[in-house]
Amino acid sequence: MSSFKEAFSSTLGKKLVMSLTGLFLCTFLIVHLIGNLQLFKNDEGFAFNQYAYFMTHFGPIKIVSYLLYASIIIHALYALILTLHNKKARPIPYDQKPGNKNAAWNSRNMGILGTVLLVFIATHMANFWWKFHNDQVPYIQYETNIETGQISAIEMPAEEFTDYKEFSQDGVEYVQARDLYKQVEFAFENPILVAFYVLAMVALSFHLIHGFKSAFQSLGFDNKKWIPLVKFLGIYVFGVIIPIGFAAMPLYFFFK
Amino acid sequence: MSETTMNLTLKIWRQKNQNEKGRFVTIEAKGISTDMSFLEMLDVVNEDLTRKGEDPIYFDHDCREGICGMCSLYINGQPHGPKHGTTTCQLHMRSFHDGQTIVIEPWRAAAFPVLKDLAVDRTAFDRIQQAGGYVSVNTGGVPDANCLPIPKVKADEAFESATCIGCGACVAACKNASAMLFVSAKISQYALLPQGQAERWSRAQAMVEQMDAEGFGACTVTKACEAECPVGIKLTNIARMNRDYFNAKFFKEETVHH
Repeated sequence: MSSFKEAFSSTLGKKLVMSLTGLFLCTFLIVHLIGNLQLFKNDEGFAFNQYAYFMTHFGPIKIVSYLLYASIIIHALYALILTLHNKKARPIPYDQKPGNKNAAWNSRNMGILGTVLLVFIATHMANFWWKFHNDQVPYIQYETNIETGQISAIEMPAEEFTDYKEFSQDGVEYVQARDLYKQVEFAFENPILVAFYVLAMVALSFHLIHGFKSAFQSLGFDNKKWIPLVKFLGIYVFGVIIPIGFAAMPLYFFFK
Repeated sequence: MSETTMNLTLKIWRQKNQNEKGRFVTIEAKGISTDMSFLEMLDVVNEDLTRKGEDPIYFDHDCREGICGMCSLYINGQPHGPKHGTTTCQLHMRSFHDGQTIVIEPWRAAAFPVLKDLAVDRTAFDRIQQAGGYVSVNTGGVPDANCLPIPKVKADEAFESATCIGCGACVAACKNASAMLFVSAKISQYALLPQGQAERWSRAQAMVEQMDAEGFGACTVTKACEAECPVGIKLTNIARMNRDYFNAKFFKEETVHH
């Protein structure tokens, strides 16, 4: 067996895969949150729908998105492989469970938290990604008056829409787009879905408070100077700011 | 402080041998002094059992002063009992109260099969150690002091790793029955010192390989091992092991020679 293959089939190597895919997914969260902040713009989705088109049609981003899907699958698959391996390492369980006496709850239940997140990802993609890619969202036309700068938005009938288009005519700039924004508004009218999104973001918080710093431990990174920064990022950025930012979106549309 | 006595209910795992199925047996321990160590309490129970003509409870012990790593016991859900930084032999009955039920289990891990009652086979640790936990040079005579300069911080850190007594509490505490705290401490004690450099990269590979072969679990960084370690081995050792292992596998030319 080659050195590389040997390394990745060891318990340490499998954790390395978890670590690298996990950290990649963390960087995605930053981009995803920043991009989706455009949902808070009160412009009937003008900025957000243009952004949605850009993200699905720009080559390099498409490549990254395939890496992303692969990371989600590999992260979940390796979690399953490692969990089965770990269960095998203790075939007879203890009668007495220590609970929180020697380890935090989230560190012991990453699998449960991860499963909630996997179900969330499936739901989330079915709601938006699938609908956007399969023409199950409404269409919209934005008209910007070049002189006055005034923007108006009109829903487009499906028969008239061909593809995303930007053009100017008679001093008016037209943008025709798939209205993912409308789909967001529509989806978050459902209180059960909103509650599930908020719950999933709580799970994300607990998952990342443990996961982010542990990824560095698995990499062997425990530099005394930088570890405080890693811990800070893990708790306050990935455990607080990012989940709250995402949870704010369904709540914003529900109460709007 | 005056000595007082107490009565306890013990729920103890009893198992005839490696092949037979075990079960919990309830034993009443009466008139136990609060000044006794946990093992002395079991000695009293065993004397009682012997007098009655029953098989005494089998458990591991040796030095009884907390330095040999022979004693084990998973007491009320924690290796070496409720106190931190102690071995079972250094745990005293004053840590319990009169009328308490104490559940005593053996270390549970596929790599640590139960031999009898509460004693488990920890030779998996020996095999990991034999795979590379040594420096293979002929030492010759005692070297002069300070002929091999080592910075104090390095020496201290290596010494801290070397305090691992190999009791297996890390494996017992870990929800994955992972041996990483033990293995990483044994790798670290050489990785930090000049004497260990020559074999540093082959050692990390050989010991990790043996650890996996023994069937221990992977690390999920719950830190239960660090919390339960009787001598305070730190999780930073595991990071060092990961670093050395990946370094060896991806960037160094030394591979394990069988």
